[in-house]
Parts: sequence; structure tokens; C-alpha cells
Amino acid sequence: MTSILFFEQLLNGIQFGTMLFLMSAGLTLIFGVMGLINLAHGSFYMIGAFSAALIAGLTGSFWLALLASLSGAAIAGVLIEILIIRRLYRRDHLDQVLATFALILLLSEGVRWCFGAFPLYLDIPENLNGTLPILDDIIYSKYRLFIIFMGLLIATGLYILITKTRLGVRIRAGQNDRQMISALGVDISKLYTIVFALGASLAGLAGAMIGAIQSVEVGMGEPILILAFVVIVIGGIGSIKGALIGSILVGVTDTIGRIFLPELLKIFMEPANATSVGSSIGSMLIYILMALILIIKPSGLFGKT
Amino acid sequence: MKKFTTTLAALLIMGSASSFADGHKVKVGMITTLSGGGSGLGIDVRDGFMLAVKGNKNISVITKDDQRKPDIAVQLADKMIQSDKVDVLTGIIWSNLAMAVVPATVNQGKFYLSPNAGPSKLAGKGCHKNYFNVAWQNDNLHEAAGGYANSAGFKNSFILAPNYPAGKDALTGYKRYFKGSLAGEIYTKLGQKDYAAEIAQIRASGADSVFFFLPGGMGIGFMKQFSQSGIKLPVVGPAFSFDQGILKAVGDAALGVKNTSQWSKDIDNNANKKFVKDFQSEYGRLPSLYASQGYDTGKLLISAMSKAKVKDKDKFRDALRKADFSSTRGKFSFDKNHHPIQDIYVREVIKEGEILTNKIVSVGLKDHSNAYVSECKM
Repeated sequence: MTSILFFEQLLNGIQFGTMLFLMSAGLTLIFGVMGLINLAHGSFYMIGAFSAALIAGLTGSFWLALLASLSGAAIAGVLIEILIIRRLYRRDHLDQVLATFALILLLSEGVRWCFGAFPLYLDIPENLNGTLPILDDIIYSKYRLFIIFMGLLIATGLYILITKTRLGVRIRAGQNDRQMISALGVDISKLYTIVFALGASLAGLAGAMIGAIQSVEVGMGEPILILAFVVIVIGGIGSIKGALIGSILVGVTDTIGRIFLPELLKIFMEPANATSVGSSIGSMLIYILMALILIIKPSGLFGKT
Repeated sequence: MKKFTTTLAALLIMGSASSFADGHKVKVGMITTLSGGGSGLGIDVRDGFMLAVKGNKNISVITKDDQRKPDIAVQLADKMIQSDKVDVLTGIIWSNLAMAVVPATVNQGKFYLSPNAGPSKLAGKGCHKNYFNVAWQNDNLHEAAGGYANSAGFKNSFILAPNYPAGKDALTGYKRYFKGSLAGEIYTKLGQKDYAAEIAQIRASGADSVFFFLPGGMGIGFMKQFSQSGIKLPVVGPAFSFDQGILKAVGDAALGVKNTSQWSKDIDNNANKKFVKDFQSEYGRLPSLYASQGYDTGKLLISAMSKAKVKDKDKFRDALRKADFSSTRGKFSFDKNHHPIQDIYVREVIKEGEILTNKIVSVGLKDHSNAYVSECKM
């Protein structure tokens, strides 16, 4: 009984982790390559979800909606990079934080202005509705399995992109020495735009996939942005591998912690107190994890020292 | 000569009229959530209130956005009281914000009319003569849900709510009336959107019913994920997860769910019919319970203004306490701790054509007050 519950929660944690990975992969790439702290990354998550809801409303197709989330967020990414972000690379981090924070406010209000303050409707496709039996007694949501599958697919894709392609070589070179690769004749500003758009579209895809089971509303990106920052700090800033391991670690810790901590506390506390204390500590758990990892490895699990 | 006297008379009348109007002018400060998550609730309260006071020249309203953050709400309240010199404050949606703003406001001699949040603390030991709640005490709708669960024959409920004052009030309220046992009790993080872990627990718990209080976007996520999980348990909850602003986003997953509310658009009285019609023609959408609460708050204020000047605090307070206005809920009065005595209905989510909405199926609790009246020393 408990082992089934534990396994199901483990899957939930992994699913949450793969979603976090889509967010944090872009964030860590953008930081690694351009040295930019992009607080507005959560806004692309929101833009992706709204593009998807718009297209799903018009066409009724979830798959077109997913495509729309990728392209909608990518287009927004390109525009914002060219118009605003490009001017920030040379500035220090405080300026970047201020400017991208302003972007959050502008984009949130812009989306509210276009779509209104009420949540939009976006549902999962009929053939992913329901559950799938895996192993003997464990049944698990098809859609969540699909999310895990997509996350792993994108992780593999990113791995191939970074290690096997010319663009990947340039991205890695950009991480190591910006001046040198521009001196070698690589069009650095085009590379930056591509990386930024890639990061934005991954965030947009995450927004659409999650929006379908949660809610598509203004401000949906900010809570997950904070977690994505925790992930890249744990994984080591700039490292895709770190982002993957960090995401799964955060996802599993958060899910397992918030469910089993109250149960654990019930052994020596009153049930009502145990639930409220347990869930309070449960929500702090990932920050405790981050602190512990930073004590042992100050630059994160896979960060450059 | 005759002309002179008429002019003089006219001047006198004008003079007295303007001094009359001055004393009756009321400046209202509305602090509510207008941006970010949960802004749909604040917008509904504001729109309802503005509809009620529309065309009333003696009321001026300053509206500010609290962004659902307690510190911002406190700053706004300070500014409105000290530099804008408002007489009445209203608008706050969230109980944690109300706890931060209301005590300081009423202690400075201002009136606070709550169109939504009704934390137990402000109904019991922390009650105040200048604080009126026009919506409900937080526990109320959940108490009715507990009562409904008994009549539906539920014996073993799984209950969950966010970890903040109103969430605790919710579970307390449900447990106060529900006679069965609990299969599980969870507090979730405020603002949490993913309930996979909680739903897995519900599946494993052996419950025969689920009660949840997850207002705003939280409830949308829960309902969708719950219906996808394939668990076929009956769900009951307060109206906050099934109000008009949210139903569209939940979709068919909400159909048939029973929820409890002090208001519904099909309550049969003239004030309500007029409100529903006016709201639709003014804003082009169906009103929610939040809009009705904002509207009633406005009407209550107008009723008190017709009886007393706001500067005459004692008289104005007495006028408010009488609640002499026709509420969209029909019968409405204040108990000793300035919280409503009203009927709480059980509603069911239905489809009217293509639009999801609610229909009353029964009266859950009649002339219901709250459990904290005796704790209030006023």
C-alpha cells in the first residue's frame, strides 16, 4: 500500500522535475552564454500558455496549440531580445535584474490587457485523458507520463544539440570565451538571439503543457521562475546537465517532502498540528536542500569553480 | 422686488443644499487585487461595488491594487487614511491581507466594510465596532458544505485547503458540521497549482467523498487534475472554486459538482434580478458571488448614508448595523459581531446552453450566523 503510494509520488516528483527542467534549461543557457540574469523568463512560460489557449480555442487542436506555444514564445523571445535585452549584456547584473523585472510587469499587464483577468480554458487532448496501468497495481495519469516523455525527449535533443552540432559548438565556445569567438568571425549577436529564443520557446512549451492541467492565467510564470532559479543554483549556473539533475532533485524532494513529512510528524504529534507544521516545513525543504548543497559545493553540483 | 426674492430664495436653497451635500459626502478607499493571480476576484468585487454606487454624486471612490501582497495593502491603507483622508475602506479579498490592514484601520476610527475576507479572528476576539463584514464569516460556506455532506450520506471525507488563515477556517468550518470521520486532512501551499501528490493520497486513502477549499486558480488546477485522475468520488466545496469567473476555465470537469454559496444568480428577489440584469448590461458578463458581495457592500453604504452623516460616527455605525438595504441575497441582517445572518444555499454546476453556471438545489443552512459571536466583546 505505502510502497505503491511512494512509487506514484516518485513519478509525480519526476514529472514536476521534467517541467522544471524545461524552464531552467533555458534560464541556465541564457545565463551561461550571455551572462544575463533573466527574471522575465517566467513571462515566456505565460506567453506560451496563452498562445496555446488561443490556438486551442480557435482550432480545437491540442497539438497545434503546443506548436503555437513554441512559436509564440520564440517570436516574443526574438522581439524582446532585439528590442530590449540586447542592450543589457554589457550592463551589470543589478541593471539586468531591474530591466527584466520591469519586463515582467509590462508583459503581465500586456497579456491582461489582451486576454482579460479571468483564467482561460485549455484542456488536454481526449486520447491522453485518463490513466494507464503500469506494473501491477500502479495506475498513473497518461498525460503526466506524456509530460515526462516530452521532458526526456527535449533533454536528449538538447544534449545532441550542444555536443554534436555546429550551433552547439558555438554555444559552448560562447560560454567559455565571448571575445574570442566573435574575434573568430562568429556572428555573436545572431547567436545570442538564437539562444534567447530557444530558451523562451522551451519555457513557452512548459507553460502550455502545464497550463492544460493547471490554469492559464496572468502571473502564472512567477512561482515556477523562483523554483527554476533554485534549480540552476543547485545544478551549477550554465550547466544543462546540472539543470537536469537539479530539476529532478528539486521535483522529487518537494513532492515527497510535502506528502511524507506530515505523515512522519504524526508519529509524535497531534494530527492537526502535524499537518500544518509538516506542510510548512515541506514547503521549505527545497531551500534547505539548496543551502546544504551550497555549503558542500558553493558553485553548485556541476558548476565551474 | 419679486425677482430679487426668488433669486434670494434660490440662493438660500442652493446654499443649504450644498452644505447638506458636503456633510453627506463619503470618500471610499478600495484596496483590492487587480493584477496577477487572483485578480479576477478583485475585479468582480470592484465592478459590483461601482455598479451599486453608479451615479451617486455623494460617493467618491479611490481604487488601488494590492497585488495580493500584505505589505503593499498596508502601505495603501496608510496612504489612503493619512493623505487621501478617506472615511470608509473596503475591497480586500484575501484573509491574510485583511488581518494586516483591518485592525489598524478601525483603530484609527475609520470604517471598514469587508466585501469578502472574514477571518475568524476578526469575528471573535478581534472584533471591532467599526468593522462590518458584508460577505460571510470565513467558516460559513464550509459549514454548509459539512451539513450537505451529512445529508448526502458521506461517512468518510478527505479534506484539503491552503495553509493560510482562511484555509484553516475552512477545514474548521467543515469539521464543525460534518458528522463522519476523516480519511485525511491536508494543508497545501498557498498558490499551489499542481495536486498530483494530493490526488495520489486521496486515491490511497479509502475516502468516500472529497471536500476542498481552493479559491481562484488553485481550484481550476485541482478540478481538472482530479477529473483526469479517474477517481470517481463525489466532490463538495464552497462556491469559490465554482464561481462564474472560474467555471469557464474548469470546463466540463465541474459539471454536477455540489457547492455551497450565500448567493446565486437564480435567487428569486427583485434586487437580485435587477443586479444580474444591470451587471450583464454594464460589463457584458455574468456576475459572480464576489460581484454580488461588492454590490451589497455599495448598497449597504448608501443605505447608511441616507440615515446619518459619516462624520457622526456613532449614528453612522448604528445606520450600518441596521443593514436597511435590499440585498441581492434577500433576507440579510448583522449579528452582534457585525457578521451576516443569512441563508446558505447548496448549488449544482449545470450547463445553460453552452455556458456553465450554477443552480440552487436546496437551502443548506437557514438564517445562519457564525460560531464566534460569543467570543466578541462589543
